Amino acid sequence: MAIEIEKPSSVRLSKVAISKTHGEDSPYFAGWKAYDENPYDEIHNQSGVIQMGLAENQVSFDLLEKYLEEHHEVSSWGKGAPGFRENALFQDYHGLKSFRQAMANFMEQIRGGKAKFDPDRIVLTAGATAANELLTFILADPGDALLVPTPYYPGFDRDLRWRTGVKIVPIHCNSSNNFQITPEALEAAYQSAESMDLKVRGVLITNPSNPLGSTIQSSVLNDILDFAVHKNIHLVSDEIYSGSTFSPSEFVSIAEILRNRNYKDAERVHIVYSLSKDLGLPGFRVGTIYSYNDDVVTTARRMSSFTLISSQTQHLLACMLSNHEFTQNYIKTNRERLNKRYDMIIQGLKKAGIECLKGNAGLFCWMNLSPLLNEPTRQGELELWNIILNQVKLNISPGSSCHCSEPGWFRVCFANMSEQTLRVALQRIHKFMEQRKVCSVNQ
Amino acid sequence: MEFKRKNKTQLLSKIATNDRHGENSPYFDGWKAYDNNPFHPTQNPNGVIQMGLAENKLCFDLIKKWIMENPDASICTAGGVDKFKDVAIFQDYHGLKEFREAIAKFMGRVRGNKVIFDANRIVMSSGATGANETIMFCLADPGDTFLVPSPYYPGFARDLRWRTGLEIVPVDCKSSNNFRITRAAMEDAYEKAQKWNLNVKGIIIANPSNPLGTTLDIATMRSLVAFVNEKNIHLVCDEIYAATVFDSPRFVSVAEVIQDMDCCNRDLIHIVYSLSKDMGIPGFRVGIVYSFNDDVMLCARKMSSFGLVSSQTQYLLASMLSDDGFVGNFLRESSKRLAKRHYVFTKGLEQVGISCLTSNAGLFFWMDMRPLLKEQSFEGEIELWRVILNEVKLNVSPGSSFQCFEPGWFRVCFANMDDETVEVALNRIRAFVLDRENQESTRSKHCWRKKHLRLSSSSTRLYDETIMSPCMISPHSPLVRAKT
Repeated sequence: MAIEIEKPSSVRLSKVAISKTHGEDSPYFAGWKAYDENPYDEIHNQSGVIQMGLAENQVSFDLLEKYLEEHHEVSSWGKGAPGFRENALFQDYHGLKSFRQAMANFMEQIRGGKAKFDPDRIVLTAGATAANELLTFILADPGDALLVPTPYYPGFDRDLRWRTGVKIVPIHCNSSNNFQITPEALEAAYQSAESMDLKVRGVLITNPSNPLGSTIQSSVLNDILDFAVHKNIHLVSDEIYSGSTFSPSEFVSIAEILRNRNYKDAERVHIVYSLSKDLGLPGFRVGTIYSYNDDVVTTARRMSSFTLISSQTQHLLACMLSNHEFTQNYIKTNRERLNKRYDMIIQGLKKAGIECLKGNAGLFCWMNLSPLLNEPTRQGELELWNIILNQVKLNISPGSSCHCSEPGWFRVCFANMSEQTLRVALQRIHKFMEQRKVCSVNQ
Repeated sequence: MEFKRKNKTQLLSKIATNDRHGENSPYFDGWKAYDNNPFHPTQNPNGVIQMGLAENKLCFDLIKKWIMENPDASICTAGGVDKFKDVAIFQDYHGLKEFREAIAKFMGRVRGNKVIFDANRIVMSSGATGANETIMFCLADPGDTFLVPSPYYPGFARDLRWRTGLEIVPVDCKSSNNFRITRAAMEDAYEKAQKWNLNVKGIIIANPSNPLGTTLDIATMRSLVAFVNEKNIHLVCDEIYAATVFDSPRFVSVAEVIQDMDCCNRDLIHIVYSLSKDMGIPGFRVGIVYSFNDDVMLCARKMSSFGLVSSQTQYLLASMLSDDGFVGNFLRESSKRLAKRHYVFTKGLEQVGISCLTSNAGLFFWMDMRPLLKEQSFEGEIELWRVILNEVKLNVSPGSSFQCFEPGWFRVCFANMDDETVEVALNRIRAFVLDRENQESTRSKHCWRKKHLRLSSSSTRLYDETIMSPCMISPHSPLVRAKT
């Protein structure tokens, strides 16, 4: 009699673990894989894939490096490392007071002093990724819904939904009015949620917008806030690109709107910020939640135990961001350089016959390739995307991965490479467009 | 800025408004007392001495020395700044390769090199707090249950349950066998959970144990592994105190135990680690999930996006923990200093008749105050605790806050103060014990009358608010308290 050796049965993991809500199967990430396997290098791999799908800000590192070279005694633990012990022990979820103060000041400077931030309302998290998830845990129950304008950052599908069990109902925006959020679109989304028996707990906007690369106008912000008040729901404003607006006067924070209303209805408003984009430090994991609601601040602070910022990093940044001269100069220079980059890519694309949405912020532009689609569908868009990825060797992000309701739009990042590399990318696009013209003429 | 607080329908989630954050426990009450009146040798010699915080402050000098001798490890120094850009950009959730390799090597060394850890299985988290929560998200659904041997770290109530929606059922361990985890106790807890219709997904242990300060023997480890394999549930081993072992028996990790157990399904085995206790750097938020299950590893890695270790910190530690000479010396010195501290305290207490559970690890010891309880009950324990906190001014942690099955035990931390403070603390305890014994002997002269009085008054004491602080009305699930 044969003895069957039973293979140990695998025990099921959680539903969260098994689900695909982490979102990594999206084309957004498939393109990154193509880049990882064949990355462009100016010298060693000139035919590699150029990464234009990663919204990183690399244009102003020299300013940070210069600061560190001139102040390393202050920003490291200094001679004799006198503060090391206290710093290494410091795990208080309130965060270093000096760091919170520095963040509050920095946020105020970005907004040109048009809004004030109280350091005691700042809650620290390991990146905006954690901040957005944490707020969702606090504002909504599993099965509830958040309304999010499309197109939106693909990571929201994971950050807002994965472990929280909360759903996203899109607020559809389209090119007919430059993708602005309208009261009709807000109401339609709310109704849509109701028809699916979903309880709406809030609206989450990104301002400046990712992937549009544009700021939300003051009148629209007022509309959105009115909507939130009317429906008695929360308003989360993800302002992680606020320091990346090309012209300071063009960004209006929800904080300013509140100030203009004397903070009436403020307790439903929460701001998410991070240093990953504006300062180009995504590795340091610095995110914040700023809430005007005391209960949210207290609860968020408790929850931040699961995602605190390394005290070593808090210390470094407290020093850096407390240096007013440095921050003023950085903010100004960074804006100028991003603006220059933006002009460069827009002009380059225009020469190739490609139009983009008029943008004024962010690390990317929103490019319209709908005239090139074989068919005006998501499928058509993905086919074109595949060609651009595998033949033109540019990793750009298809609008469908951002839940854009119109096919043919693509997000193209421009701040994560040297000017030289950007020129190469533009040349490739130009060549590609030329070839397409020839093909269509021959047809 | 003042915002008018309106009375509206509940605007926040259930998670936000429940008490599962656990901050209403006496565990934290003592901290508040300390915060309000912290001891200082010269400025506030009558303040509260903090003995409720398991911090390791004994070896900072070694780390500081290394940092000063290795300026390039810091990206802020002249030597290291050319690495700044690459490190600052690095947000890949796999983590810096050098960091993972250094951690894997360190973990192996801490376990006497009896095990080799695969750097590619190392997953980061924001401290062990983040790691424990993450592993629960991976292994169990809301409403599922994990068994936890008691007494256990109070933070588990929050870390395992708050946002995950899980339940905890304790595996009761008793002083009669030195709080060992027995097979019978595990079965008992499992059956209880079944009776309550709870879906048990696993058991989580802390080895070395917090609050006991003991390491689990090999037989118990094997019994745990066998148990989970039979029930087809997970085993999570929180080994964050692994390098605080200062006496025999040596530390035996679950990783070592399963090497000799072919029958073990490795997909069930997961380790949580951290540098907060072993190296005394809780501020840096370095937590590790190490799972033998590929799916769990992949899932935990994705989830680590919510709590990555700062790349600046990864870079520094990659350098530090790759320094074999430093690591070897650190681990040796740390053990030595912990042993000495432990000895001073336990001997000092022995002299006044206070015994502690025999322990060989951790940053604390488990003190037996049962002889000093006026009443052998949790009320008696809390009464004694309030006296120790408010009169003796020592923040020690009552066993009930660790869900201990028996009243009268207290966790006392000893590695978070300097030698002078140790003396002060010991003197205060000695004075208190002698004083309490005097009080007892005076009372016992009228014991027969007292006994009668005590019987009648004890029934009302249960509802006496001066004894029963609001925090005793625990926010824990009633299932946990069902035994009383």
